[in-house]
Formats: sequence, C-alpha cells, structure tokens
Amino acid sequence: MAFESLTAFIEMKGHGPFVWTCYGVFFALMGALIYWSLFQRRRVVQTQRRDMARAAAGADSGRTTVTASFNRINDSQD
Amino acid sequence: MWQIFHKLGSPKWFFGIADRWMPWLLWSGLLLLFSGLIWGLAFAPEDYLQGNSYRIIFIHVPSAFLAQSVYIMMAAAAVVTLVWRIKLADVFVKAVAPVGAVLTFLALFTGAVWGKPTWGTWWIWDARLTSMLILLFLYFGVMALAAAIADEKSSARAVAVLVLVGVVNIPIIKYSVEWWNTLHQPATFKLTEKPSMPLEMWVPLLLSVLGLYLLFGWFACLRMQTEILIRERRTRWVKERVQAEGS
Repeated sequence: MAFESLTAFIEMKGHGPFVWTCYGVFFALMGALIYWSLFQRRRVVQTQRRDMARAAAGADSGRTTVTASFNRINDSQD
Repeated sequence: MWQIFHKLGSPKWFFGIADRWMPWLLWSGLLLLFSGLIWGLAFAPEDYLQGNSYRIIFIHVPSAFLAQSVYIMMAAAAVVTLVWRIKLADVFVKAVAPVGAVLTFLALFTGAVWGKPTWGTWWIWDARLTSMLILLFLYFGVMALAAAIADEKSSARAVAVLVLVGVVNIPIIKYSVEWWNTLHQPATFKLTEKPSMPLEMWVPLLLSVLGLYLLFGWFACLRMQTEILIRERRTRWVKERVQAEGS
C-alpha cells in the first residue's frame, strides 16, 4: 500500500476530492453505458417478438399481412 | 481471399462470432481494468511532483487513448463502407460512435479535474484540449447525422464521408503537444522509447488501457448485434434468434 491508513487513502493529502470525483464519474458513465446498451438490446428483442406475435395472430384470423401501405414498404427491397 | 472478405461482412456470421467472444471480452476486460485501477489507486507510489492527483492518469490516459483509437477504427470502417459497400462496416461506425463520445467526454472531464490542482485551472484553450473538444463534437455530429437520415444506404455514405473528413483532427490531437507550446505534458505511451515513468506506475496504466480496450470490444459486439437485429429483422435467422433470446 502507498498509504498508511484508510483516512490517508481517502484524503490523498488534499487531492482526494479531485481523484475520487474522476473515478466516480468514470464508473457512473461506464455503468450507464453498459446499462443503456443492454437495455436497448432487450427493448429491440421485445418489440420484435411483439410484432411477430401480432403478425402470427393476423395470419391465423385469415387476414393477409400488408406488405406495403401508401407511404411505407414493409418488405425488404434488397 | 474475396470469399473471406465477404464472409466477414456477413451479419449472420458476425453475430455468431460476437456471441462467442463477448463473455471473454467482458470479463477479461473488467478484470484487467479493475486490477489496473486498484493497483494505480492504492499501491502505485506517489508522484514526487504532482503528489496524489496524478492517480487520475489511470483513467484519463486510457479514456483519451481509446477515444482516438475508436475514431481511427471508425475511419477505417468508413473507407470499407465507401469502397466495398460492406454493410457491417457501417453497422460498426454507428454502433460505436456513442461509446467514443462517452470516452472523449471522460478524457476531457478527468483532464479538467486533474488540471485544477496541477495547472491551477480547469480549462484553457490550448491546442491539445481544444482538438479533443473538436473530437467530441465530431462524435456528436456522426451520431446526429446517423439519426437524421432514414435511408440506410444514403445514411451509410453520408456518415462515412463525415468520419473521413474528421480524421484530419487525429494527427492534430497527437502532435499538438509537440507542435505548440502547451500546458499539456507529452505523450505517456511511446512505441519507440522506453517509458518515461517508473515501472510501478507504468504497468498498472498499461493494464487499465488494455482492460478498457477489451471492454470496448464487448461494447462494439453488443451494440453491433443490436443494430443487426434491427436491420435484418425480416430475415429468418433473426426471427429465430429473437424467439430464442426473448424466452
């Protein structure tokens, strides 16, 4: 250890507030980025599952799924 | 050769590879990062000149290093997008731009907080700091442009051009500390010279840089997978994957 006690470690001879602010912001932002990336992923999967369930329900009731409307083409054009 | 190139560009193939790599990238990245940071915070010796404030280096340098590396990787991907029209390259650019923006912000923020006890000021319009701020705006520009154009192909081309125009900023950041008289100290890592700091400081710094690199790899894989799920949602393999993942 480079410090003699826990208080010395936290105070860092007066530089503690600067050092700990940096580490705090670093972990907060990286944590938020991890959470946000995982959340986006889960939301995409949920939305697509719902769309697929809806499409399946539509097909069961005898309706044909609409592939294009006036301003939107749902089928890939590639 | 061309077959390999195109296989690499296949979203489905990439998805499988990313699945296999992601746990390794995440856990080895976190392990290296945490060991580097704990070593740097608690065990590395105090700096004779700057005292303990220098311990900010263990997050400042990795963030700044990655912020620039990520932009260079985006520029390489932009070339691939423009020349070979490989969609995966565009997926990469759009998936990692927010990660690059966060890292650039962290480099600027930790730099400012470090500057206060060391230089006596939070901010100064010096070449290194200003060019890093421009890098942050470039990342914002890429994100805004990607969000503004709905058509996939035009968006890919426009974003690639913007990324390539912005790459001129990278050598300016790198050489700013040599070309101009700035407050900022010269580069910490040099490939051609021996490290200018003692090994007990240099090794933890290297560990945290490597750890953050691996963590970035995890971010890239995860975010690219999300983007692929959206773009390829009409394909059968994505539908099967979504079913499997949601249950």
